[in-house]
Amino acid sequence: MNTLAAILVQFFELLAALLLAPLLTGWVNQCRAWLQNKTAPPMMLPFRQYAKLLEKEAVLANNVSSLFRMAPYIIFACMALASMIVPTLSSSLMLAPAADAIALVGLFALARIFIALAGMDIGTAFGSLGARREMLIGFLAEPALLMVFFTASLISKSTSLSTMVEALGQRGFIVYPSLAFAGVAFTMVALAENARIPVDNPTTHLELTMIHEAMILEYSGRHLALIECAVALKLYVYFCLGVALFVPWGIPEGADLLNLLQALPLLLLKLAVGGFLLALIETISAKMRVFRAPEFLGTAFMLAVLGMLVHLLLETGK
Amino acid sequence: MTATLPISAQIINLLAAAMLLLAFAMVSQRRIISLINLFMAQGAVLCASTLVVAISTGQSHLYGSALITLVLKVILLPWILHRLIHRLNVRWDIETLINIPMTMIIGILLVIFSFNLALPISELAGTITRSTLGIAIASVMLSTLMMITRSKAVPQVIGFLSMENGLFFAATSATYGMPMVVELGIALDVLVGTVILGVFFFQIRDKFESLDIRHLEKLREDQ
Repeated sequence: MNTLAAILVQFFELLAALLLAPLLTGWVNQCRAWLQNKTAPPMMLPFRQYAKLLEKEAVLANNVSSLFRMAPYIIFACMALASMIVPTLSSSLMLAPAADAIALVGLFALARIFIALAGMDIGTAFGSLGARREMLIGFLAEPALLMVFFTASLISKSTSLSTMVEALGQRGFIVYPSLAFAGVAFTMVALAENARIPVDNPTTHLELTMIHEAMILEYSGRHLALIECAVALKLYVYFCLGVALFVPWGIPEGADLLNLLQALPLLLLKLAVGGFLLALIETISAKMRVFRAPEFLGTAFMLAVLGMLVHLLLETGK
Repeated sequence: MTATLPISAQIINLLAAAMLLLAFAMVSQRRIISLINLFMAQGAVLCASTLVVAISTGQSHLYGSALITLVLKVILLPWILHRLIHRLNVRWDIETLINIPMTMIIGILLVIFSFNLALPISELAGTITRSTLGIAIASVMLSTLMMITRSKAVPQVIGFLSMENGLFFAATSATYGMPMVVELGIALDVLVGTVILGVFFFQIRDKFESLDIRHLEKLREDQ
C-alpha cells in the first residue's frame, strides 16, 4: 500500500469527521424539531455555537486543578483519534494496523475517565453526581459494546475494523442473523453512551436526572467549545461504527481520491437516514428513570451475547 | 460456511433469530398489552418462516399450516386476548417472581443449554433448516421460563401459547411440519384451550378478586 496515499486518506477522514460531526448534530436536532412540530434550528447552528464559545472568555473556579484545564483537550484528542480509526471513506487506513476495535473502546474509556475526573475535580454536588452516573452507565455499556465487536470479529476473523468492513461489506451480500442481535445491542449502547433520550436527555440543563450535562456544567468558553465538539464527534464516530458494522456497503477498499469522492455521497446519505432514525427514537420514547438504565444496558449486553451464540449455532461449521 | 447456504436458508436463519429475539422480549416484557403484541409478532414470524420453508421445499401442505398460523396466531388469538384483558380490565404492569435482569441471565443459560442439546440432533438431520432446531428448543424453554416466573394468569396463558409457537417452529425446522391432521388438531386445541382458560380467568377473579395464581395454592378457606 502506498504510504503517502494512506496518509492522505487518513487526513481526509479526519477532515470529514471534523466537518460532518457538527453538521450531524445539527441535522439530528433539526429532525427532532420537525418531528415535534417546532421551528427547526439551522443545521449550521453547532458551528455558530463553537464560534460564539471560542470568542468568550473561559471562566475557571478558584479551586480547580490543572486536570480540569487539561481534560477538554484530552477528550477532544481521544474523539478525533477515534474518528480516524473508524473506516468511513476507505477501509485502507494508515492507523488501521495500529488500533483495532478494542483500542477504540479503550479510547472511549479514556475520554470517559477524564470527563468524570473533571466533573469531580470542581467539587460541586452536580459534578460528582454526574460523574458517578456516567461511570455507572459506562461500566455497563462497555462490555456490551465489546461483545458487539466480538460478534463482528467472529464473523470476519479479525478485531481490526478495516478487516471487518472488508469482510462484511466488500465480499457480497450474506444475511448474518447474529448481526441483527448485535445491531439492536449496538443501538442501545449508542443511545446510552451518547447521552440520548431513553437514558439521558441531551437538551436538558439543571435537571436532577441529567448525566452528561451535570459533569460539564462548570465549563465555559473554549473549554466548553472543545467538549461540545468532542460530543458531536463521539456521536459521529458511533454513527460511523454503526455504518461500518451493519451497513458497510459502499466503503471502498482502495485509497485513491476518486474512490473517496464516490464514497462521500453514500456516507452522507447513510448519516442523514441514521440521524433521522435517531431523532425518531428520541421523539417516540420517554426518558427512563436512572435506575432503569442498568436493566436497559443489561438487555443490550444480553442481546450481544445472544448474537455471539446465534453466530456459533447458525453460521459456523456447516 | 455461510457463503454456501442458499438464500432461503439464510432467510430462515434470520427469522429464527427474530423468533429468539421475540421470545427474549416476551420474557423481559412488563406490560401486558405489549406482551400480546409480541405474541402476535411471534406468530407473524412463524407464519413467514413456514411460508419460506414451503416455497423453498415445495411441500404444499406447509402452505396450509402457514395459513392456519396466520389466521389463528396473528389474528384470532391476539384478538381474543385483547378482548379478554379489556373485559377483565387488567392493564397493570406484570409483577414477576424473579427480577427481570436475573430472568434474562437464566434465559441466556437456557439458550446455551438448548443449543448444546440441539447440536447432535441437527447434525443427524438432513433438512435445510436443521440449524434452527436449537433456536426452536430455546424458544420453548424461554416460554416455560416465562410461565414459571409470572404469577398472574394472563401472562402464563400467553407463555403457554408462545410455547406452542416454539414447538410448531421446531416441527417445521426439524421435519418440514407435521401431518395436516395433527396440525389441525393442535390448532383447535390451542383455540379451545384459550377460550376455556378465558372462562377460568373470570372464575378465578370472581373467587379471589385477583388473577394471582398463588391464591390457588392455598387449600384452606382461612388465613
